[in-house]
Amino acid sequence: MLKAFFQKKLPTFELEINFSLSNGILALVGPSGAGKTTILQCVAGLQTPSSGEININDKIVFSSEQGVNIPIRKRRIGYVFQDYALFPHMTVEKNVMYGKPQKGSIPNKALTVSNVLEMLKIEHLRNRYPNQISGGEKQRVALARALMTEPELLLLDEPLSALDQDTRSTLQQELLKLQVQWQIPFILVTHDLQEAEMLGNQIIKLDHGKQEEIRKFDVAQ
Amino acid sequence: MDYTPLLISLRAAIIATIVTFFLGIAAACFVSGYRGKFKGLIDGVLTLPLVLPPTVIGFLLLILFGKNGPLGKLLMSIGKTVIFSWPATVIAASVVAFPLMYRTVRSAFEQIDQNIINAARTLGVSEWKIFWRITIPLAWPGVAAGTVLAFARALGDFGATLMIGGNIPGKTLTIPAAIFFAAESGEMRKALIWVILIFIVSLIVMTLMNYWTDYQRKMIATAGRK
Repeated sequence: MLKAFFQKKLPTFELEINFSLSNGILALVGPSGAGKTTILQCVAGLQTPSSGEININDKIVFSSEQGVNIPIRKRRIGYVFQDYALFPHMTVEKNVMYGKPQKGSIPNKALTVSNVLEMLKIEHLRNRYPNQISGGEKQRVALARALMTEPELLLLDEPLSALDQDTRSTLQQELLKLQVQWQIPFILVTHDLQEAEMLGNQIIKLDHGKQEEIRKFDVAQ
Repeated sequence: MDYTPLLISLRAAIIATIVTFFLGIAAACFVSGYRGKFKGLIDGVLTLPLVLPPTVIGFLLLILFGKNGPLGKLLMSIGKTVIFSWPATVIAASVVAFPLMYRTVRSAFEQIDQNIINAARTLGVSEWKIFWRITIPLAWPGVAAGTVLAFARALGDFGATLMIGGNIPGKTLTIPAAIFFAAESGEMRKALIWVILIFIVSLIVMTLMNYWTDYQRKMIATAGRK
């Protein structure tokens, strides 16, 4: 369960957001510069809101009132960057392994790299380097790397924007499946309303940092 | 012919390169991550040895390490002195070589895609692990280039070394100083031998380090490309 209400002063406008998400996919949609990525970065801890509170599974990760700002690495949030941000000097396997929790610190599931690679259909790429694989494959590796840390929330920053239509459609379906499999909330940033409608159980339209429209659909828990 | 200047020069250059390697990386790491208003001043101070005449650096080191200087007094209290001793050649070489290492590494750090570092942060690993496993490998071509430049500068220093180390044969007389004093006293043949020797040593070291840098760059930038 994610609850977030915060403000963030930006050079040209003030971002104001208030939403909650228990499961399913929240799609943040809006034009470039509307503040979508800033919201993800504030939730992840890469940026600090000016005021407000962010609560993940009843744990406050940021609160201006209480002076809480938990560091990024302790928030247990998976983040898939728009440009994938894979480590270019590591193989696919090492990329995916990089954030794997140490033995003993995994609370529930015993995840193996092979499981995750297999789930995302990239097992055959395990010894390749990022510059040897396609955009769609890079996206799967970035997803695998984020999931390997067993996050409580997954943030996806325009994950499909750089892909061709076919790869995009395939990955859209796989994202839906992954969400059902993992049962954690996803926040997806996109500027494509059609994509937001297809993937989002909840849609927030943003313009100049303000929430314009919220649509909610039923989510199977 | 006395070959000690060769050994003294190599010893000073190698130790100075090792010292500046770590200090340069540490300073570059600090400055590239620092967002305060003193960034320009700190960068200026760290780069100063690059723009100041070597004699000025030597003079400042002499004041600092002299028997009445703050560091000189401190060393005296434990019965040590560095002025006109072999460590002086290392200190002088380290100070003049430092800015080259620092600036090259800093530039390499700042060219790393910040999203890659942020991605590593979201994966729950410590800043220390990110530094050694992500930042350093990605900046490695810059680190290697800085090491080459620092070694070259350390090997070729004359002014600062002469000011703080003097020209004591077998102790602090380096090749550049030996060339100067041989030429000054009209021993042109001796000076020429030193010139050829430092030329050969520099060329060998630079060539080897360049191949090594290229190899490292290929390993990182095009890792695994076949």
